[in-house]
Amino acid sequence: MAQCASRLPRKLPAPRSCPRGECAINASSPPAVELRGITKRFPGVVANKDIDITVRKGTVHALCGENGAGKSTLMKILYGMQKPDEGTITIDGAQASFSSPADAIALGIGMVHQHFMLADNLTVLENVVLGGEKLYGIGSRARNKIKEISDAYGLGVRPDALVEDLGVADRQRVEILKVLYRGARTLILDEPTAVLVPQEVEALFDNLRELKAEGLTVIFISHKLGEVLSVADEITVIRRGTTVGTADPRSTTTKQLAELMVGSELPSPETRESTVTTVPMLKVDGLRLAATDPDGVVREVLSSVSFTIHKGEVLGIAGVEGNGQAELVEAIMGMRIPDGGVITLDTTDISTAPTRKRREDGIGYIPEDRHRHGLLLEAPLWENRILGHVTEKPNSKGALLDNKAARKDTERIVREYDVRTPGIEVTAASLSGGNQQKLIVGREMSHNPKLLIAAHPTRGVDVGAQAQIWDQIREARREGLAVLLISADLDELIGLSDALRVMYRGRLVADADPATITPEELGSAMTGAATGHLEHQENTGGEDR
Amino acid sequence: MKKLTSRIDKEKLLLAVAAPVLALVAALVVTALIILATGKNPFPAFNDMLSYGSASDSQVYILNKATTYYLAGIAVAIGFRMNLFNIGVDGQYRLAAFLAAVVGGALSLPGIVQIPIIIVVAMLVGAMWSAVAGILKVTRGVSEVISTIMLNAIATAIIAYLLQPDRLGQLDEAGTLVSTKPLPTSSWFFTMDMGPAGQLWGFIVVAVLVGVAYWFTLGRTRFGFDLRAVGQSESAAAASGANVKKMIVTSMIISGAVAGLVGMPTLLNDSHQFDNSFPLGLGFTGIAIALLGRNHPVGVALAALLWGYLERTTGHFEVIGYDKEILGVIQGVIVLCVVIAYELVRRYGLKRQQQRVGAELAAQAAKTETEVTA
Repeated sequence: MAQCASRLPRKLPAPRSCPRGECAINASSPPAVELRGITKRFPGVVANKDIDITVRKGTVHALCGENGAGKSTLMKILYGMQKPDEGTITIDGAQASFSSPADAIALGIGMVHQHFMLADNLTVLENVVLGGEKLYGIGSRARNKIKEISDAYGLGVRPDALVEDLGVADRQRVEILKVLYRGARTLILDEPTAVLVPQEVEALFDNLRELKAEGLTVIFISHKLGEVLSVADEITVIRRGTTVGTADPRSTTTKQLAELMVGSELPSPETRESTVTTVPMLKVDGLRLAATDPDGVVREVLSSVSFTIHKGEVLGIAGVEGNGQAELVEAIMGMRIPDGGVITLDTTDISTAPTRKRREDGIGYIPEDRHRHGLLLEAPLWENRILGHVTEKPNSKGALLDNKAARKDTERIVREYDVRTPGIEVTAASLSGGNQQKLIVGREMSHNPKLLIAAHPTRGVDVGAQAQIWDQIREARREGLAVLLISADLDELIGLSDALRVMYRGRLVADADPATITPEELGSAMTGAATGHLEHQENTGGEDR
Repeated sequence: MKKLTSRIDKEKLLLAVAAPVLALVAALVVTALIILATGKNPFPAFNDMLSYGSASDSQVYILNKATTYYLAGIAVAIGFRMNLFNIGVDGQYRLAAFLAAVVGGALSLPGIVQIPIIIVVAMLVGAMWSAVAGILKVTRGVSEVISTIMLNAIATAIIAYLLQPDRLGQLDEAGTLVSTKPLPTSSWFFTMDMGPAGQLWGFIVVAVLVGVAYWFTLGRTRFGFDLRAVGQSESAAAASGANVKKMIVTSMIISGAVAGLVGMPTLLNDSHQFDNSFPLGLGFTGIAIALLGRNHPVGVALAALLWGYLERTTGHFEVIGYDKEILGVIQGVIVLCVVIAYELVRRYGLKRQQQRVGAELAAQAAKTETEVTA
């Protein structure tokens, strides 16, 4: 900690030798991006204060900080979406002033947003050329260029696939390609790994290393410290709107970084004592579901999926995104009609019950995409508290809403679940991701669910909120809740689950004991390399945990 | 904390009012410029609008017109709240009024029985006509915009076919006008005698009731909540347990039923028969009014009154030497300005609230921090 903090932000890190052999670009050329004394005030609040960052060319520079620390504002300033009140931006040694993202793009700065900005009903090619038609046209020249970029950095993008058929990792690659296509030399990636599994993260990091080798610069925003340490050449930590220090990834541990970032130790998802009972709560038997894949072929996205979750048990499903987890959740929620199989909740067959009945029967749902499935963004918080439980108390009496009781109960949720908001009349859109998620968790827990489906419950959520959500899941589990946990964060999966299954191409191919398994072993099963019961191998680095 | 929440609300209200006021002012300016361009002085015209529009007979006329417009506006607004664009209100009310007039002319029951029958027939016909579009949408994915436009044309053709002397129509004594058989006087809806100002249509009571029912259903019932949820985010509503397809058909049917009422003030209070002079295009007026009124029960009422007022006052323009076509200009400009102003104000409002919430939280954080350090 002391060692990190002593590196004052204003002090430029001395050019250093490059043991990784990756920063071959000379250190004497001007930095790719230099921010000096950036300050941005919003009415009543200072979002950024005296920010100093130097990003050297051909490096991956990580920007760490909790949600709400001011990373997003800073990146918006660098990308020309907002103007700083004070301070200077220097690009390649020349001072720059952006009044719109177009100016930033013209100077070779590209941004990959956390929420992808792609048109679902268009192909990859169409999405990439959209707005950049002048660069390489919209025909074969553009297609060749896309292939060229895709091959050069190993992105594996198919220009003619429909975006709506692509998984999250593929969409992200399309976003990166879009930026490269526009000639970006400096890429800003906003929480790029939040949506990926370890193997995908590795693949992304390989891509980033290739970009770096070509002399491109990457600014990498994250709060996953392990990843930051593994990929970054340099780290800048932001807390409460200002740069609190820089760190050298080779001599810093995650613990030190975490302390720098939040001022306290990182929470751990680990669950100690077991609360598993022998009473089955959810039984899924032989669930099958077919869907049309990107190539127009009808394929089984769920084939003979069977499992049982008992009262007080957390069943974790590991898997690379797009292997049927989302479909499994939607089938259990009744949002998709399976082609076969039986779903039993607490001895009642709910296979054909509509979604509302299932929710009334006690399924709580924390959706993977809270903006699409969990919230009415433009509605006030208390209406969002009603969402999903409109037929239940205290939200309604008979066919009528009980707005007063719903408001009062929303205030309780805000208080008990520590939702940071000035009031319950503000729209859900005005809350940060973590607070939106806390509201959803509070809402779902308020109806005493028998089964909680938690899909990526802490995705895009800051460290503080993450710990709270984990606590709440643990608490509910102690009281006999059954939890189906789907997550790309393997530490979270292993830490919270009582049992683990691995999903691969619509099947549950492997199971593992979370007490002994390592993320690496789990990861290999997620790529289909291992099946059956995964036994922990002592010699494969069991000491890691 | 309470204080700031209420302040946000006040601001929200201000923003809500700002948009239509802005649009109105812009429309007035544009209108003034156009009158100027025709070589006339706009101010006497505006002056006349004020004095003529506030005359008592004008007031009755405006209220009667607004009754019809309000129903049309609400019919469209129900669709809008669901993200459905029911352009078919036009065909729905015409077909409904026509068939209701036929049924009303054929029966001679006491008014207390027959009037409800006529109204129910109108609502049923409107509902069935819009249900076609709703069912096509959920089963075949046909856009309701396209299907309702086509259903409008089909309704026109059906009425033209049936409204003939040897079918459901009859020639009047002069032998010049084909109409349905007139309603018996017992089936006329009550009017309120306003003395020299004329007769105020009793159907205004029904319009008010429809407005209250609309407000209550949307804001106070589970059904209304589901409807709004689907309108705001179909995916979130589906995940919440709302049956989206059922909601689409149901709201389309309700919108059509209300559309069925649109022709009733004219039929029951004024014309008492359906003929070729029955008002046309009210469904499209309804779209403009729903837009202007922000789908809000009170807003739509104000918009309907404004529409009636503009029509009344510009109708008088010819008398004082201006072109009455200026009405179309004013209405068009208002709708354009309203659509633009609402979108601007909506975006500004969302952004502003996000900033305010951020500011408020930062202030709270700063406060706790100083407390901790102190």
